[in-house]
Amino acid sequence: MFDPQALPLIFAALMGVSILLYVVLDGFDLGVGLLFPFAEEAERDRMVASIGPFWDANETWLVLAIGILLVAFPVAHGDILTALYLPVAVMLIGLILRGVAFEFRAKAPLGHKRPWDVAFWAGSLMTALAQGFMLGMYVMGLEWTWAKVAFSLLTAGALAVAYSFIGAAWVILKTDGVLQRKAVDWAKGGIWGMVLGMGAVSVATPLVSARIFDKWFRFPEIVALAPLPLMSGLLVALLWLSLRRLPTANDSFSWFPFAGAVVLMVLGFFGMAYSFYPYIVPEQLTIWEAAAATESLSIILVGTLVVLPMILGYTVLAYVIFRGKATKLSYD
Amino acid sequence: MDTLLLSRIQFAANISFHILFPTITIALGWVLLFFKLRFNRTGDRKWMDLYLFWVKVFALSFALGVVSGITMSFQFGTNWPGFMEVVGNVAGPLLAYEVLTAFFLEAVFLGIMLFGASRVPGWLHTLATFLVAFGTTMSAFWILVLNSWMHTPVGHEVRDGIVYAVDWWAIIFNPSMPYRLAHMLLASGLTVAFLIAGLSAYRWLRGDRAPEVATGLRFGVALGAVLIPVQILAGDMHGLNTLEHQPAKVAAMEGNWETRGNVPLLLFALPDEETRSNAFEIGIPSMASVILKHDPAGVVPGLNDFVAEDGTVLHPPVSPVFWSFRIMVGIGMLMLVASWAGAWMLWRRGVEGLPKPYLWGLTGMTFAGWGATLAGWYTTEIGRQPWLVHGVLTVKDAVGDIAGGMVLSTLIAYVAVYLALLAAYVGVIFHLARKGGRYDAPVASPGMQPAE
Repeated sequence: MFDPQALPLIFAALMGVSILLYVVLDGFDLGVGLLFPFAEEAERDRMVASIGPFWDANETWLVLAIGILLVAFPVAHGDILTALYLPVAVMLIGLILRGVAFEFRAKAPLGHKRPWDVAFWAGSLMTALAQGFMLGMYVMGLEWTWAKVAFSLLTAGALAVAYSFIGAAWVILKTDGVLQRKAVDWAKGGIWGMVLGMGAVSVATPLVSARIFDKWFRFPEIVALAPLPLMSGLLVALLWLSLRRLPTANDSFSWFPFAGAVVLMVLGFFGMAYSFYPYIVPEQLTIWEAAAATESLSIILVGTLVVLPMILGYTVLAYVIFRGKATKLSYD
Repeated sequence: MDTLLLSRIQFAANISFHILFPTITIALGWVLLFFKLRFNRTGDRKWMDLYLFWVKVFALSFALGVVSGITMSFQFGTNWPGFMEVVGNVAGPLLAYEVLTAFFLEAVFLGIMLFGASRVPGWLHTLATFLVAFGTTMSAFWILVLNSWMHTPVGHEVRDGIVYAVDWWAIIFNPSMPYRLAHMLLASGLTVAFLIAGLSAYRWLRGDRAPEVATGLRFGVALGAVLIPVQILAGDMHGLNTLEHQPAKVAAMEGNWETRGNVPLLLFALPDEETRSNAFEIGIPSMASVILKHDPAGVVPGLNDFVAEDGTVLHPPVSPVFWSFRIMVGIGMLMLVASWAGAWMLWRRGVEGLPKPYLWGLTGMTFAGWGATLAGWYTTEIGRQPWLVHGVLTVKDAVGDIAGGMVLSTLIAYVAVYLALLAAYVGVIFHLARKGGRYDAPVASPGMQPAE
């Protein structure tokens, strides 16, 4: 039904899109959690209100990404996850803490709200650090040596700060007044995480693998690829300029930091995808070697082609319904 | 302890914690839709109050179900890589369909259902409620298809040790799927029936006379009384299906060692795998034969048939299966007595006439459904041992090569988190019940207006 050679490629693309959507979408709500200690209680309520209707669906992109890895590349799924056993466990406990703290902080007796806020922050931090660590380990070829762990700790910190940047950008978009002004300061404080993280990965990736080095610095590819870092650099400069002027009197351009952060993440993602293609386990297993049986991939693809547009449709619907500045959350 | 045993304990701990919450949300979604539709039709405030109270319980349970479910999807890879490597071609698409057709539907419309009442038209809010309930049920469908296939695998072929799907229709509608699905959906209904009855009884005992308390109590008891006989029938049919496809499991459930007729129904026994016999048997003569074969002389398979020539045991561990089964049936019988006695008293005397000890009893049974559901799952899952996929893949061959200390340390962390969350969950549920139906908001927002 489908070309057996094309199927693994399609699924690799689908998984990439899911990971990208996850990093952008859960990135902003994880970032909001990371910023909790800097906000007053009423501000925390409003920050939660700004992500309340979305966080659950945002996290589902992670389930889809890991699901595609599981079903389309079963061998790679085992290899990658057993290598990342510990950070995965830390991330899962973090996701559990923060997911439930969302509900408990609103429903527990009043005196218990503060501990649940701490749990929400701690869970967000564990998740962000673990994901950054896994990113670093993946770039380093999933080997546990001191140097590689040190690099992964660097990316862990950088991704957490980058998430706090996109979280702050979301708060700028979804709120106004004092909280919005605070968020501009948070964004100024967090943008370096974005730069450091993307810079570290960009420098390290070609150094770890001669193959990747060659892919980037060979002529004429180097000319075609040059816009990627140049655009990223330009965007960072524009983001910094906009943050110096925000918030504006009529709230214009409050969307810009969030949009800029998203574009940065998309650029970074394409850079990584270009580097690692065609490998799914870096330098060991290509997407064709790791792919599941053609019949099984075909039947998943049929369902995906039917259902994915619907998912995107009602996801957009939810964002439209809850557009505008965040207000108090209520079930009535 | 070795990695295999630790990984099994870890997976059991995760899935036991996880299943508690879907067991609530699967049925509670439909119950919420019912409350919403009753309100749309009658305009009676008490239905909306019921909706607003139980939607909080739903949101909390849903969050716990989501986060513990994410854990499961990762643990396939971290602890059981052999599972996907061998049967991934079947398990993969089934899991993928669960994510695609259920998870996103639930997650997106949950946001609209919870927070959208004042932002969307009434019909869209009702539709969102329906889609969330539908999504949870779809999720149950796909995961039970996969689980049933692991018990009664068909529609596949094995080439070079790897399973390939041949007939998807046969895989989805595998022999045990309809029974297992029905049994689980009914279990969810009963869990919610007793949850609603129990918490309403608790509120009534505390003197909360809001109209929705009495309605909730009547609703819970009635739902339990209607579902429990259906569940007993479905459970019996599920058992007969298991007898056909997994006789060793049924032999362990009955504690029956020798294949023979006139097998008694054991009410109590201590099965001993060393001596391969039971101590302290108390049973009803020939009753197991009657239940399983509809004939006192009916021959029921015994555990000794499932021992290889060289002495290798090919049947599941007997005591856990034997006792889990009895706990499940025991709670089921208690539910039968409680709901029918309650329904009779409600019919004769109304809520005001319910005696206090009965109300305390219902309060004590608030989470009875959890007990029965867990015991039932232990029966069927331990009863599949030593297989992971019956006749295709053993548990031992699927486990990942992780250092035992790493599995142990993460296991301790997970269990600590789960116990804390479980305590917090039960505490908050009763806290919500104590706060009761005090809602300050007027019935003015558009989402709450009756449809007519």
